[in-house]
Amino acid sequence: MTSVSHLIKSFTLWDFLKAHALTLKYFFKPKVTINYPFEKAPLSPRFRGEHALRRYPNGEERCIACKLCEAICPAQAITIESEPREDGSRRTTRYDIDMTKCIFCGFCQEACPVDAIVEGPNFEYATETREELLYDKAKLLANGDKWERAIAANLEADAPYR
Amino acid sequence: MTAFFQSLGLSYEWAWAVATLAAILIVSLLVMFSVAMVIYVDRKVLGAIMLRRGPNVVGPFGLLQSFADGIKVFLQETIIPSAANKGIFLIAPIITFTVALAAWAVIPFDAGMVIADINVGLLYILAISSMGVYGVVMSGWASNSKYPFFSAMRASAQMISYEVSIGFVLVCVVLFAGTFNLSGIVNGQQGFGLGLINAYAVHPLLFPMWVVFFISALAETARAPFDLTEAESELVAGYQTEYSSMSFALFWLGEYANILLMCSLNTLLFWGGWLPPFVIPALYAVPGIVWFLVKTFIFFFMFSWIWATVPRYRYDQLMRLGWKVFLPMSLVFVAATSGYLMAMGHFA
Repeated sequence: MTSVSHLIKSFTLWDFLKAHALTLKYFFKPKVTINYPFEKAPLSPRFRGEHALRRYPNGEERCIACKLCEAICPAQAITIESEPREDGSRRTTRYDIDMTKCIFCGFCQEACPVDAIVEGPNFEYATETREELLYDKAKLLANGDKWERAIAANLEADAPYR
Repeated sequence: MTAFFQSLGLSYEWAWAVATLAAILIVSLLVMFSVAMVIYVDRKVLGAIMLRRGPNVVGPFGLLQSFADGIKVFLQETIIPSAANKGIFLIAPIITFTVALAAWAVIPFDAGMVIADINVGLLYILAISSMGVYGVVMSGWASNSKYPFFSAMRASAQMISYEVSIGFVLVCVVLFAGTFNLSGIVNGQQGFGLGLINAYAVHPLLFPMWVVFFISALAETARAPFDLTEAESELVAGYQTEYSSMSFALFWLGEYANILLMCSLNTLLFWGGWLPPFVIPALYAVPGIVWFLVKTFIFFFMFSWIWATVPRYRYDQLMRLGWKVFLPMSLVFVAATSGYLMAMGHFA
């Protein structure tokens, strides 16, 4: 009996017809694609994107050259050199991040005692050359200035969970 | 058209030659244009079924996507592998492309709208579509590479197997129509279904044959679920693996021209060609070519729909279906059809 029904099913292509009815249903469903350059998916406040070095509201840079980020960086992407400034405070003379090495784990921002190095919400920083991805201190500070408002809002939104 | 050129003062022979050349040019340009649009439709349908949007950036609704792709491919460098047999390597895509276009010579788009209204149109199409396998085999062999070679062997076996059952299916249609001329076959479908429907496929003896023909057409053009010749997961891109630039594009153009040809054959042989679907006088006011194009497009939509739905067959399943299901089935139907027609006094 089952073999007869199997025979009928296979000769009427029943399974195929059912499958095609299903796909036709999906054909008319609303599409889920995000129209990327024009539409963007929401980002979590914890999103780990491009790095930035932040400043205090008075313009003083936050980084105190403790080198915790350099120590914890699993990809060894961070290079820091430091010496005391004229006013006696310790500051970095060099703060490089090799973005081609970085794995965006976020350990640097978690290690930072002063919230200086952070990973901001920006992920659209593709470059045409590799060299452009070797960030130096000036570039990181510029990122910080550019994204400060978004970064501050993200840190505040995430503060209760830290 | 010959008459038009004669009115310009040409002798009949010259007017005929110019008219035929013009018709060839128009048809091949139209086929190329429809191939471009049909590739877009293919990607759009596939996308829609996968809940994607498909191409939507180039031009309004992405309509110019195929032309952008064409320009990209034109501007690329043709790479010839050093181990390849250069002459055959370059001729193979040209053969595929030319053969795919040549078959359109006998396709009637409307009553009398055909380049070569020959009496053996169907045989011509069978012959030409068998030639198509040469392009594939030559490319696979000349590439001097493993995967193209496997793919070429699969393609030749597959096309030959399914041509056999396609041949028997066509015999059934020809028995009903009493002619190999495609226009004659379409005219034979006028009011065929109880004087109401213009289609052979409504006949209980011919409807299963249409299903067999449709599935064989999928196999013949190496469309999913029978796209074993370019099975990405196994053979990279099949016989096209070593090709780049225009030679690659020629394969694709040829392949889609073949798919369109199969869709139009479905239309012409089983669904009434340029005739409206029903015998209603109002429907005859619509130009025949519109009916032909609409029907062909519906079949192309079905091709894309099937591509999006079913998984690829295994090679032995493909061969089993071709030789152990379709071949006996179509043989039985040839005998049944001729017996039925004899009993009905069709040949008297």
